[in-house]
Amino acid sequence: MIDAHTDAVQFETHLLDHRRQYRTGRVTLRLRSDEDVVGLRKQVRERAVTLALSLVDQTKLVTAASELARNTIKYGGGGEVHLDALDDGMRKGIGLLFVDAGQGIPDIGNALRDGFTTGGGLGLGLGGSKRLVDEFDIDSRPKEGTAVLIIKWKR
Amino acid sequence: MERIPILRMGDLLLVTIQVDMHDRLAMQLQDDLTERIVSDSAKGVLIDISALDLVDSFIGRMISNTAAMARVLDARTVVVGMQPAVAITLVELGLTLHGVKTALNVEKGMALLGKSYR
Repeated sequence: MIDAHTDAVQFETHLLDHRRQYRTGRVTLRLRSDEDVVGLRKQVRERAVTLALSLVDQTKLVTAASELARNTIKYGGGGEVHLDALDDGMRKGIGLLFVDAGQGIPDIGNALRDGFTTGGGLGLGLGGSKRLVDEFDIDSRPKEGTAVLIIKWKR
Repeated sequence: MERIPILRMGDLLLVTIQVDMHDRLAMQLQDDLTERIVSDSAKGVLIDISALDLVDSFIGRMISNTAAMARVLDARTVVVGMQPAVAITLVELGLTLHGVKTALNVEKGMALLGKSYR
């Protein structure tokens, strides 16, 4: 676990302030290696269990986290993920914000389309993750970096 | 290096995945299985994923690739024991494991491979 401000990730995105009013308990994890992805999956699972998400919703959120963490490492050259507990007064949820300072995504519309890949993968990561969560937001700028926010609310 | 064990039973290879696989481990398993199919002259591969609480696109692709490689090497692959939540998530993610035979449990998987060990 690291402090968000000490890491090398410099990409400033409006998503960093997204839902600031609802969020508590932010934890930031570094994403550099395969093992970091497994560590994140474990943390997300624990939080999802604590929030008493259904087993299907837990699995969807952990799977989306796994896909996006891999993207951060593979395409973003590594970065970090912020885990937030969300509460808007009506419902509780989990927010994950992935940030890297990589090359950015030139065409987000294309990148969200199933089957589109520049890395030899299946091209399901971004579009697939979007389908697995309740809210999805992305901010990417060429040569600056990419930020992806996902939220799963407790039903 | 960390590895997932592969057991041989007659002309079958059996794998039970019981750890949260990182990507290198998944690739290692794919390579190991392909080599063992040839070195053991295996006719079938049974992969038990009942202990896996997540199959993402990388693991899904590893499973599909392994099945395709096994087919080229004259062996059949059956994946057994997928948890319902994992199945729902896989399909919504957009992965259909095309070309991979599945069964609900090991016994039914064995039957698909034409084996009975009752």
